[in-house]
Amino acid sequence: MSQTTTYSPEEMAEYARQARVRILEAVKHAGGGHVGGPYSASDMLAALYFGIMNIRPEEPDWPDRDRFVLSKGHSSIALYAMLALRGYFPVDELLTFDSISSRLQGHPDMTITPGVDMSSGSLGLGFAGALGIALGARTEGRYFTTYVMLGDGECNEGVVWEGAHVASRYGLENIVAIVDHNKLQQFGWTGEDLDDRITPYSEGQLADRWRAFGWEVMEMDGHDIPQILITLRAAKEFDGGPTAVIAHTVKGKGVSYMEGNYKWHSRVPNDEEFAQAMEELGETEGGVA
Amino acid sequence: MTTLVNGKSLRLAFGETISDLGAQNDRIVVLDGDTGSSTYTSLFESAHPERFFQMGITEQNMLGMAAGMATVGLIPIVSTFSCFIVSRAHDSIRVLIAQPNANVKMMGGYAGLLAGMTGKTHLMFDDISIMRAMANMTVVAPVDEIETRSALKAIIEYEGPVYLRLSRPDTAIVFDDDYEFVLGKAVTVREGTDVTVFSTGTQTARALEAAETLAPEGIDVHLAHIPTVKPLDVDAVVAAAKKTGLVVTSEEHTVVGGLGGAIAEALAVSAPTPMTLHGIQDVFGESGPDGPLLDKYGISSEKTADAIRGAVKNYKSSSLQQS
Repeated sequence: MSQTTTYSPEEMAEYARQARVRILEAVKHAGGGHVGGPYSASDMLAALYFGIMNIRPEEPDWPDRDRFVLSKGHSSIALYAMLALRGYFPVDELLTFDSISSRLQGHPDMTITPGVDMSSGSLGLGFAGALGIALGARTEGRYFTTYVMLGDGECNEGVVWEGAHVASRYGLENIVAIVDHNKLQQFGWTGEDLDDRITPYSEGQLADRWRAFGWEVMEMDGHDIPQILITLRAAKEFDGGPTAVIAHTVKGKGVSYMEGNYKWHSRVPNDEEFAQAMEELGETEGGVA
Repeated sequence: MTTLVNGKSLRLAFGETISDLGAQNDRIVVLDGDTGSSTYTSLFESAHPERFFQMGITEQNMLGMAAGMATVGLIPIVSTFSCFIVSRAHDSIRVLIAQPNANVKMMGGYAGLLAGMTGKTHLMFDDISIMRAMANMTVVAPVDEIETRSALKAIIEYEGPVYLRLSRPDTAIVFDDDYEFVLGKAVTVREGTDVTVFSTGTQTARALEAAETLAPEGIDVHLAHIPTVKPLDVDAVVAAAKKTGLVVTSEEHTVVGGLGGAIAEALAVSAPTPMTLHGIQDVFGESGPDGPLLDKYGISSEKTADAIRGAVKNYKSSSLQQS
């Protein structure tokens, strides 16, 4: 049994900050990758891996661990950064992201990366895998919780709603779906003009849809660590069926010129942009990329 | 025409066998895509209701959930019509089952040409081509109820993803009761010297009927049944091809990339041999009774005999011209 260490919300926020630094270093180093989605997810991942989940980084395959599935698999670098900071593999390995023969593939691969509980990348499918883990756990009499994170754009996929229907039919109380509602997709829906991209789901729509499919719905600010902790604990404890947490987030959160700008869905910063981002993220030494 | 005696359908043998296996192994769970009354997973539901999961009509989700269930040590058997597994849920299989090498068993019911008056949407006779193109995948097509029972035991024991092809109608018996299926092994059904016929699935019964019909005509067919199309038993295929020097492949499946393709790939590298690919041509199917469908699409026993006879005749005339 590993020694249980507890982390304060302030420490979790610090790990989220460090993750954002590592994410941008890795993307800059690789010359490609996603930034906006990883940044909208970073605070929630820090809360999950340093506060919410019952895990053993030194024993990634521990059968009774809580599971996490990043169904929005294109944000893989955010998950890798958090796994590295949590001790699943060396932080330096993050600079191998997307390089040949690396364990850190463009999208999560459960067969090679310690701590990745389900492969994902084709949107909507990680969610189905997560539901299977939850149903399998219940069948096997295991009591862990499965957390799955989806993007709001990902909720366009029909398979998400197939699974949402089946999960509520089975009253899967051991699954918590977190929808990273950052209001933007890769390219998205045209608004007032071609540079204006509007949210895939208007105010209240996502909550209404999950509720209509029989899920208990909670909402939170996906960047407020204390609020994330309170909401995810309530979601875990709810035993009347599956729970969806709509997390209101900002795409590119943490770097001013990225926030709310769809063009930073996947883009590599130039040297000037990189330096500004490191400064805004409080990385005084300027990062290692 | 020589005719074999009919046994049970492969789907009924499947339903009975998984119910029996479920009693011996509590890791087996069945996920049904709302077709259990056709595929006989209904039998498993009656025997083991706590391990039967109705997934409704959600194939992409169902294959994905099966992958998740496999990660906690269960052995999910997913069952619905072949077209809805292979075609509808292809991406779920690729990303969550084949790539992670998940221990999921996919039962493609109503595969092939004979799917009970359903028509081209349901007639899935490119399933072998599609599934065998996927890395990590094992593809099995049994011929009769006896082989289906034995193959299911082997498939459950094997750790990894498997696609099993099951046809709908009652099917002729080819094997004796004591037959034992071995994953990845070809089976010699008939020894012969003039032409080697490779067949798979229920087509092997028609190929055997064709072979017996051709014997009195002086054509001695060597018939090798290939129940595991992937991984292919290359050594046995090469040896059987070399034995006669002439090959015909025969399948209730398109000639594009199925058993014929697999055999051609193997022989082209290891033992180039004159070869005829017999099967359904590059077309979609249609509704109709089984007999007329087999005849129209050219894979009845008679049409199979014609194909083998034609291949032997062509080979002999071309050999004469060369000599």
